[in-house]
Amino acid sequence: MRTELAVVGAGPAGLAASLAAAARGVHVTLIDAAEDAGGQFYRQPAAGLGARRPRALHHQWRTWERLRDGLAASSTVRHLTGHHVWCVERNSASSGASGRSERSAAFGVHALLGRFQDEPVTVHADAVLLATGGYEKVLPFPGWTLPGVVTAGGAQAMLKGGLVVPGRTAVVAGTGPLLLPVATGLAAAGVQVAALVESADPKGLVRRLPALAAKLPEAAGYASRLLRHRVPFMAGHTVVEAHGEDRLEAVTVAALDPAGRVRPGTGRRIPCDTLAVGHGMLPHTDLAETLGCRVDGVNVQVDDEQRTDVPGVWAAGETTGIGGAALALAEGHIAGRSIAARLQGTAPDPREWAAAASSRTRLRQFFAAVDSVCAPPAHWTEQVTDDTVVCRCEEVRAGTVREAVHGLGAGDLRTVKLLTRAGMGWCQGRVCGPAVAGLAGCDLTPTRRPFARPVPLGVLARTDHPAEADHTTEEGPS
Amino acid sequence: MNPLELARAQPGPAFTVTLDGREIEALPGQTIAAALWAAGVTSWRTTRGEGRPRGVFCGIGVCFDCLVTVNDRPNQRACLLPVQPGDAIRTQEGTGHED
Repeated sequence: MRTELAVVGAGPAGLAASLAAAARGVHVTLIDAAEDAGGQFYRQPAAGLGARRPRALHHQWRTWERLRDGLAASSTVRHLTGHHVWCVERNSASSGASGRSERSAAFGVHALLGRFQDEPVTVHADAVLLATGGYEKVLPFPGWTLPGVVTAGGAQAMLKGGLVVPGRTAVVAGTGPLLLPVATGLAAAGVQVAALVESADPKGLVRRLPALAAKLPEAAGYASRLLRHRVPFMAGHTVVEAHGEDRLEAVTVAALDPAGRVRPGTGRRIPCDTLAVGHGMLPHTDLAETLGCRVDGVNVQVDDEQRTDVPGVWAAGETTGIGGAALALAEGHIAGRSIAARLQGTAPDPREWAAAASSRTRLRQFFAAVDSVCAPPAHWTEQVTDDTVVCRCEEVRAGTVREAVHGLGAGDLRTVKLLTRAGMGWCQGRVCGPAVAGLAGCDLTPTRRPFARPVPLGVLARTDHPAEADHTTEEGPS
Repeated sequence: MNPLELARAQPGPAFTVTLDGREIEALPGQTIAAALWAAGVTSWRTTRGEGRPRGVFCGIGVCFDCLVTVNDRPNQRACLLPVQPGDAIRTQEGTGHED
């Protein structure tokens, strides 16, 4: 299948970009793994569940309606659902972004479809927008591998998409703005939320108040909902241990001192069957790295037009730096307009997107302020006992990682992986990366993963990639 | 209040699947993981090394903790795989290839 623009990811950034580009005459193919558009933020209940009031699970619903209706009304955006993109390939002998239909496409977007994700399909495109979003960062603590301990975003995703909750009594813990909607969402869905545990120092919040003021009404809304559901809010606290044999039974929560150390003697046990925990978000950058885009720290680097340094490849939303749905919309909109102009061989006029650009500036500043307040406790590694599993896939314990670092001199993620197998399992270090970096005292650097998800060998063995989307997607996944 | 009531859901007819031979009810559109949570099940895998129980962790297909065997196909991410009538879901032990 051939398209002008392939957008990978149907969340806020990908949708905004698709609509902006399509409105300017670009033929867009929007590719996403889910059965419905929305991404994580606007994840919709499965159609079969017949939700008549999905907005009860959501925020900024009117924005979603605008995106959803725009997608439905567009005749030039083709939405491919159930397509799990595993690699975007730069075709040789093509420079990208200047290609019109008579030239060979600059990029091949390889995806897997079907219920068991084993049918290959390739979309050929002149330009690519990476709107791959992010995932949650969780730092380890004793007991975090017990069933019943889930990521905060995971609890929310299961609630939004499947209308299910993991238990009866939950503690929501960690740090960052995601914890508020997760706690209020679980409470509204009938879960008793025994505590919302935020490690950020309340004094730090107050100090950054001017920078955070724009969101105060939203925060006040959450505060009133927490109050209504009688959710105790414990700022400056952290979960130090999850208890249970084969299932979570309780957590111990303790107070932090201003330096980010647990105050001795403050531990308090809270019975619960669910712990929803998160310490911020990380961008998905696999596709960008394989394409050779410059990644700075953990974020894909883009210019003012949202262009990466690879011609023909744009990026927008969380993949360029965590900043929430509103920022993703602004970035997506700018990217879509830039792509439309560049595909027509003209330079865009940034004045056309001045409003989006000023939102982008404001929201990036806001999230920089959030980041400075909502950081994990400075001394979190002190709570990670040597027998705590750090790499969940390969079951590598903290003591083994420490031995590799202090005994064998490993100073980076890759060396730790080679010595201990931490990061070598199914998730390819996506989950344990931040933990290993913390224990090793090194920066979290992106791991080069040629494939963004597991690919059957039979698919890789097919060199001709004969399955074009036109032939295989009309009936949808079997 | 429960999540279905919160969203005023009117699901299609429930159907039966099995978990290790035991019948459980599932709703159309749910993932395997959602159906198992709704049935009160939170772990359906044991790890390769230490045989420890695992279930959903990230819930969005990133962590691979929720791997499960469905219709004799091991290593399926329960949080992504839509449940279908008659599915035979089995607790996955280790790699899922040993039995």
